[in-house]
Amino acid sequence: MGKAIGVKLIDELGRRHDGRLPDQMRPVKMRINVLENADGSALVEYGRTRILAAVYGPREPVQKFMALPDRALLRVRYHMAPFSTEERKSPAPSRREIELSKVIREAFEDIILVKYFPRTAIDIFLEVLQADGGTRTAAVTAASLALANAGIPMKALVAGVAVGKIEGQLVLDVDEIEDGSGEADMPVAYAPDIEKITLFQLNGVLTREELERGLDMALNAIRELVELEKRTLKEEYVSTEEV
Amino acid sequence: MSLTPFKVPIVPELRKNTILSLLAKGLRTSERDLVTPRIVRVKTGVIERAEGSAQVELGNTKVLVGVKTDVGAPFRDTPDEGVITVNAELVPLASPLFEPGPPDENAIELARVVDRSIRETNAVDRKSLAIIPGSKVWVIHVDIYVLDHDGNLFDASMLATMAALMDTKLPDYEELETGEIILDRSKKTMPLKINKKVLTVNIAKIGDYLVVDPDLDEETVADTRIVIAYDEEGNIVGIQKSGPGAMTREEILKAVDIGREAVKIYFKSLEEATTSAE
Repeated sequence: MGKAIGVKLIDELGRRHDGRLPDQMRPVKMRINVLENADGSALVEYGRTRILAAVYGPREPVQKFMALPDRALLRVRYHMAPFSTEERKSPAPSRREIELSKVIREAFEDIILVKYFPRTAIDIFLEVLQADGGTRTAAVTAASLALANAGIPMKALVAGVAVGKIEGQLVLDVDEIEDGSGEADMPVAYAPDIEKITLFQLNGVLTREELERGLDMALNAIRELVELEKRTLKEEYVSTEEV
Repeated sequence: MSLTPFKVPIVPELRKNTILSLLAKGLRTSERDLVTPRIVRVKTGVIERAEGSAQVELGNTKVLVGVKTDVGAPFRDTPDEGVITVNAELVPLASPLFEPGPPDENAIELARVVDRSIRETNAVDRKSLAIIPGSKVWVIHVDIYVLDHDGNLFDASMLATMAALMDTKLPDYEELETGEIILDRSKKTMPLKINKKVLTVNIAKIGDYLVVDPDLDEETVADTRIVIAYDEEGNIVGIQKSGPGAMTREEILKAVDIGREAVKIYFKSLEEATTSAE
C-alpha cells in the first residue's frame, strides 16, 4: 500500500480525490451466474476492486473425517491473484489472507442454515482479481450473491463495506490511496433483514463518537448494497424463466 | 483456507444451561460479575536471555512473551523506521486443542490483532529504532508463547506483549567505519521508546449477555466475541470480531463502553508490574 505524499485526499468542498462525497460509494456492479462449473457464482466490483466468488456444495467433504454430524462444514478461501496488486503478490497464502479467510467464514457461519446439511461441506472460494481497497468487504458481498445463486438457504443476504478516516473525516468505501494514508479503516459486514453485524474490524484509532457515526454510515450503505443484491438476483431469475 | 472447526471441546448442554442461568442472575461460574476480568498477574523480566519478557496469568490462562532484537534492513516504504514483528505460537503443551505445526488461523489472528494494536498507535516509536536511516534499523521480534489455555488468549497476549516491550532493553552496539553494526548482547541498556500503552478487552456474547474476559467454557458456548483495543485515554485503537455468530449495532456499542471500563483494571496491573520492576 503506497502512501500518497503531499496529495490532499479531501478538498475544501469536501470532495475526495476521485470526486466522491464522504458518504458516497464507488460505482458498484454485481453479476451472478458468471461461472459454468460452480453451483453458484458472482462477480462484484466496487470501483476498480473486482472479486470473483464461487460456491460449491453442499457436497461430500473432500476430507471425510472433517464432516460434522449435525451441520455442514464451511470452507472459505479468500485469495488475491498475483496480478491483482501494484507489485506482484506471491500466490502462496499470506498471513493476511489466512486471517481474512477466517473472518469471512465467520461472517457466514450464523447466516447459512448449516443445520439443514449435516455431514456435507459448503465451499466458498473468493478470488480478488483486482485490488483497490475494500477487498474483504466486496468479497463478503460476492459470497452472499454466490451462495444465493447456488440456492443455499440463508437467514438473510449479507453485504460489506469499509468506512475509513482520512484527514480527520469519516469516509465511506475507502480505496487503496485513502487506506494507505488514512488514520483508520473499519470493515463491516451486515445482514440488514435480521439486523446482524457478522464481520467487524477496526484498524486504526477512532473515538467512541466516530465509531458510532462510522458504523451507521456503513450500515446505511449496506442496506442499499443488499437491495442491489436482491435486484441482481431477481433480474437473473426473471430472465431465466423467460428462456 | 478457513474451515469450520471440527475439533472443538464439547461443552455439555447442561454446562451451557448452567452458564446461562447464572448470567441471568448476574453471576458466572468463576464467581465474578459480568464486567470484571479474572485475577491478573503480570511479571516482567522472566527470561534473562531475552531483551525483554513478561508472563501474564489471567485466571488459569498463562502467556509468556519474549522480545528479541536484531539489526536489519528497513522496509522500502519506511526507510527511517525500525521493524516490529509479532508472532504467536499456540504451543501444544498448553492445551489438548493445540497441535504441533506451523501457526494456524487462530495463532495468526491472535498475532495480527496484537500487532495492529501496537502498529496503528505507533506504541513503540518506530522512528527511534533507526540506527542508520535507510540501511540499518532495529528489528524487534515479539514472540507470544501460550503456555496454558483457559480462554481469552487475546487479552493475556496483549498485556504480556505490552509488558515485555516496556521491559525491553536494546543491546549495546558498535558502528564500524564500514557501516557494519556489531552487537554486544552481554550489555543491554537502551529501553524502547514507548509512545502509547495499548491493551485489549475481549468480550463474549453469550445469549443476550456480554461478558468480559471469557474463560474457555464461556468462549466455547459463546455466540461470538469482540476484542477491543484501547489506549490509556480510552480511545478505541482496534477492534476484531472473532468467532462465528453476529452482534447487533447496540451490542457492539455497549461492548465498547463496557470494555473501556474493564481495560482500566488491566492498565492498573500493567502499571504495577512495570513500576515495581524498576
